[in-house]
Order: sequence, then C-alpha cells, then structure tokens
Amino acid sequence: MFSLLNIRVGFYLAVRQLRRASLWTTGLIVFVMLLTFLNLVVVTGILVGLIEGINESYRTQYTGDVILSELPTKNYIENTPSVIAFIKTLPQVSMLTERYQSGGTIEANYLTRTSDTEKPNATGAQVIGISPESENAFTGLSSKIIDGSYLEEGDYDQILVGHYLLAKYAFGDQPGLTPLTDVEPGTKVRLTINGSTREVVVKGVIKSKVGLLATSIFMPASELRTLMGRTDQNVAQIAVRLTPGSDSDAFKNLLLRSGIGEKAKVQTFTDSIPNGVADIKTTFAMLGNGFSSIGLVVAAITIFIVIFINAITRRKFIGILKGIGISGQAIEISYIFQSLFYASIGSAIGLLILYGVLVPLVAAHPIDFPFSDGILVAPIDGTAIRIGLLVLTTVIAGYLPSRMIVRKNTLDSILGRN
Amino acid sequence: MIEVKNLVKAFKDGPIETRVLKGIDFTAADGEFIAIMGRSGAGKSTLLYQISLLDEPTSGEIRINGKNTRVMSEHEKMLFRLEEFGYVFQDYALLPELTALENVALPLYMQGISRVAADAKARTALERVGLGKRLDNLPSQLSGGEQQRVSISRAIAHTPDVLFADEPTANLDKESSATVMSIFKELHKGGQTIIMVTHEEEFSRFAERIVKLDDGKIVSDAR
Repeated sequence: MFSLLNIRVGFYLAVRQLRRASLWTTGLIVFVMLLTFLNLVVVTGILVGLIEGINESYRTQYTGDVILSELPTKNYIENTPSVIAFIKTLPQVSMLTERYQSGGTIEANYLTRTSDTEKPNATGAQVIGISPESENAFTGLSSKIIDGSYLEEGDYDQILVGHYLLAKYAFGDQPGLTPLTDVEPGTKVRLTINGSTREVVVKGVIKSKVGLLATSIFMPASELRTLMGRTDQNVAQIAVRLTPGSDSDAFKNLLLRSGIGEKAKVQTFTDSIPNGVADIKTTFAMLGNGFSSIGLVVAAITIFIVIFINAITRRKFIGILKGIGISGQAIEISYIFQSLFYASIGSAIGLLILYGVLVPLVAAHPIDFPFSDGILVAPIDGTAIRIGLLVLTTVIAGYLPSRMIVRKNTLDSILGRN
Repeated sequence: MIEVKNLVKAFKDGPIETRVLKGIDFTAADGEFIAIMGRSGAGKSTLLYQISLLDEPTSGEIRINGKNTRVMSEHEKMLFRLEEFGYVFQDYALLPELTALENVALPLYMQGISRVAADAKARTALERVGLGKRLDNLPSQLSGGEQQRVSISRAIAHTPDVLFADEPTANLDKESSATVMSIFKELHKGGQTIIMVTHEEEFSRFAERIVKLDDGKIVSDAR
C-alpha cells in the first residue's frame, strides 16, 4: 500500500487540497486539535502538579534535597558538630540548616482563667528551634510571615506561630487541632516544654501550605535548648540543599558510606514524602489520563466526521481520480496526510503555548489551591507520548472514512449513484 | 483493438432486473474514430463505461489487445485506465483544487514520471489545445469550453491507445463544441483511436464510423 509512488501522489494531492481548503475550516480543525492537545497535557499536568506543588513546597520550605533526622531510638543526632563539619566539606553542598525539635503546648488564657474547670485556651504543637538567619536563608521562612515580624538573631522569649494554631488565621477547623482564640502578634502566651514553662510573646504568624510549618511553633534554637534542658549541640534535624545538578541519591549514599547512617536517619527529599502523597499523585495522574482519553476520543470523532464529510462531498472527485487511474491507496494516503497535518499543526501550536506560555506562567504564578501551590507538570517525554497518541488517533480517524469512500464503486462515485 | 462479444449489462433494483445492454457485439480497430449514438436510455454511455473498464459487465466478453478483461485484477484495470486509456467526461471532471497544469500532470505522476518531465508533458498537451497561457488557472477560473479542453489535455497527455469521450460537447456552446470536435479531428488525423458517445448528429459527422444503439442493441454500424 505505502509504495513510494502512492505516498508521492498522496502527498501531492493532500498539499493541494489543504492549500486550497477554506481557511476557516482548516483553522477550526486545527483549533480542535490544539484544544485536544492541551486537554491531553494540561489536565493531567495540573492534577499531578497539584501534588507536585505540595512536594516542591515541602522541599523548598522544609527538607531541602537531603534531610538528616534523629534515629528512632534517639531524640537527637549524635555528634552533630562533627556531622555538620563533615557535610560542609562536601562540594555538592550548597547550604544547610539545623533544627532542634520538641513537643510542647501553648496556652493563651492562663491569666484570665478563673477556675480549673474552665477550658484552657491551649493547644499542643511541635516546637522547632532555629537559627533565624540560616533558616531564613535556607527556607525563606520570613517570606511566610502574614502578620507581625520575623525572628532576629538575639531575640528572646519570642516565637513565631503557624497559622493553623491560631483561630484568627486558620482556614476553617483542622481535624485534631484546637486553635487558640484571641491570639495575634504581640499577645503573650505560655509555652510549656518538658515541664518547663515560659511566658513568650507571639512575634509573628507564619502561613504556609506545608502543613508541618503551619502547625509548628518556631523559636530561637538557643532558647529552646535551654527549655529542653540540653547543654550539648546535638540537633534533631539537619536539612541540606545541594548545588544544582547534584544527585540526591548519590549524596545520600555518600553520607551512609561515611558512617553517618549510624548517627542519623538519612533521607532524600523523595524518601521523606509520605507514601500516601505518592499514591495520590498516581491516582491523580490516572484521573488526568482518564479525562484526557475522553478528549482523545472526541478529537478522533471530530476528525472522523470532518474527513468523512470531506470524502463524501468529494466522492465524485474520488471516483474521477480512480477513473483516470489514480490508485485508491494514493487517495487514502492523501487523507492520512491531511489528518497528519491537522494533528501536527495543532500539536505544534499546543507545544508553543504549553512551553512558551503556560508552564512558565504557572511556575511564576502557581495556582493557589488551599493546600498547595499547584504547578503545571509537563515533562517532555510524557508530552511526546501524548503527541504520538494524538497523531496516531487522528491518522486512524482520518484513514477509516477515506477508505470507506474510496472502496465504493468507481462509476457509482463518478455518477453520484448510491 | 477492442473486441466485445455478447455483452450484457443489467441493473438490479430489488427483484426487478433491467437489462440495459442486451448482447452487444462490437469491434474497434486501432486508429478508428467511432461515434456511438442513440436516443436517451439506449445504452450508449453504459456501453462506453464497460469497454473503458469503468464498470463491470454482467456477462459477455471484452478483449483489449487480445487480453480478456474478465481475468484482470482491479489493479491491472487501474493500470490500464492510467496508461492505455484517456477519458473525457461530459462535465469535464476536473479536480477543483488543482490548476489546469496540475490536473493534466497528475496521471503522469501516477505513472511514475518525474515532476519536471510530467509538468513538461502536461504543458505541451495544454499548448496543443490552445491553453498555453492558462496553465496556472483553477477550473473555476476557466470557461466550460476551456475546462473541456483541459480535460482533453489530461486524456491525451500520456498518448493513450484509446480516447473515450462521453458526450464531450453536451455542456458546451456551439463555438466551444466546434473547438473540441476540431481537436478530436486533429487527434484522429494523428492516428488516435477515439470512441465517443454523442447524441448530436452534427458532431457525429467528425467520426469515420457511427454505431447506433437502440434499447440496448446495436441497430446500425456504418462507415
């Protein structure tokens, strides 16, 4: 069928049909192809990007590329100073930050509460001790302040509170959380850690879509260490950011080979993501593919109808072509080329819009979901597969109706007989 | 040479069978100019479609240069139509999206002739019918007579053995019809075999042989 001669003549016919076709009709078909392409790539890309946005926020605002945390049997990373000193010698390391961590409670109405039966305005939270400067350099935490101000080196008895812990800033009721009422920057609260209590002032409120940050309290590391009754320099977490292009897995293996695995749990950012998140991502990708498949079927039907109507209205000319000796295969190939043209142009414009406009635009202005800054995930290989699918579907949808018409009796076609 | 023996063509419409050709015997020698005539419904176009391999007879035998068309595959018939035959239809049958030159050159490309050579042959064929200055015009930009001349160019560009013409002047005015017939006359002078269906007496005189049909049978065959 696909002899070079048939392809040559088919291409010749297709080019001339397309060149002299109505611009409106061609534009409309290409537009349908463009929408189908975007539907194929963008729907899945946004659904996956919604979860990818959570992951990316988690990486940039908390874990970095590799995170070291205490072993299950310990409350801290043993020999932290030597671990940090070793890590700092490694060329892949761009920056790091260290954190202390402890459970604690904060109470707001301790001064006004008149009886023990009155419910305390208190909530439990993770208290994280940080070096304000290095934490801000690493995570940009100060940019998450929505009220009040960020901590400074040397601040004492001052804390930052995640917005989920304060009723005034929380986004509805969070399960398992009892946010404090009537608390805002400047309010004094009582912080209790390991039985030690201090009166501290809320200096700022942090709003982040990373749940861990939104439900934590931050205070200077030196003060938390005192409250925890610790005199050593052993921290609970070391988050490491690598230089661009460095392989997180290779870096993790390097740390494990150096024996750090005996002092700390070493995880890449991907390892630290809960399994459930990865499952949601897979589910969303499947959902996206499901929606896209519907789009693909619609595109196939559109092309089928367009080519069928074209072939039906040109049935007489198809008959003439066959009558003067043009092979049926060459005529069918001309329709395949036309379908290919529609799909290719639609996809090419789609690619320009996708990578020239949508991906950079959504990266610069992420979609504001309540729990994530959604990005548009459109990897080149995935997009290429989708283009392949679109082209294949379109070609089949274009070939079938042309074959139906070409197969009809030549003379009946010329004379318009049924 | 075309030999037709006991050719029958019947059309079925449910249980009703209508015989349009009722046992035709006919021979066309090389170089002849034959006019097939008859009143409307006599079966003249149907006969032309059978012998030009555009249709399949119900029974009977057609031999072209000794070859029985019954045993030919569809592909062989297509090649025959492409290389050995030329067609001129009543309504010109040009492809609207192709220019005059492209319409004529297309069957030549299908024969595997290169673009350059095919275009040159097509140009020569169009110049021969006086359309050398209308090469790049689309059919819609040509008059009926000019379109028919493009159609003739397409039919003769590959120098076919037989030129079939089905009512070539039916849609043309007198002047254009005369031009078309004078082209046919010239072609015949050059040795071209022409089998033409017409119902117009005045144009049948251009032919050297007139075959008359009535009710699916040949009623006269005169030179």
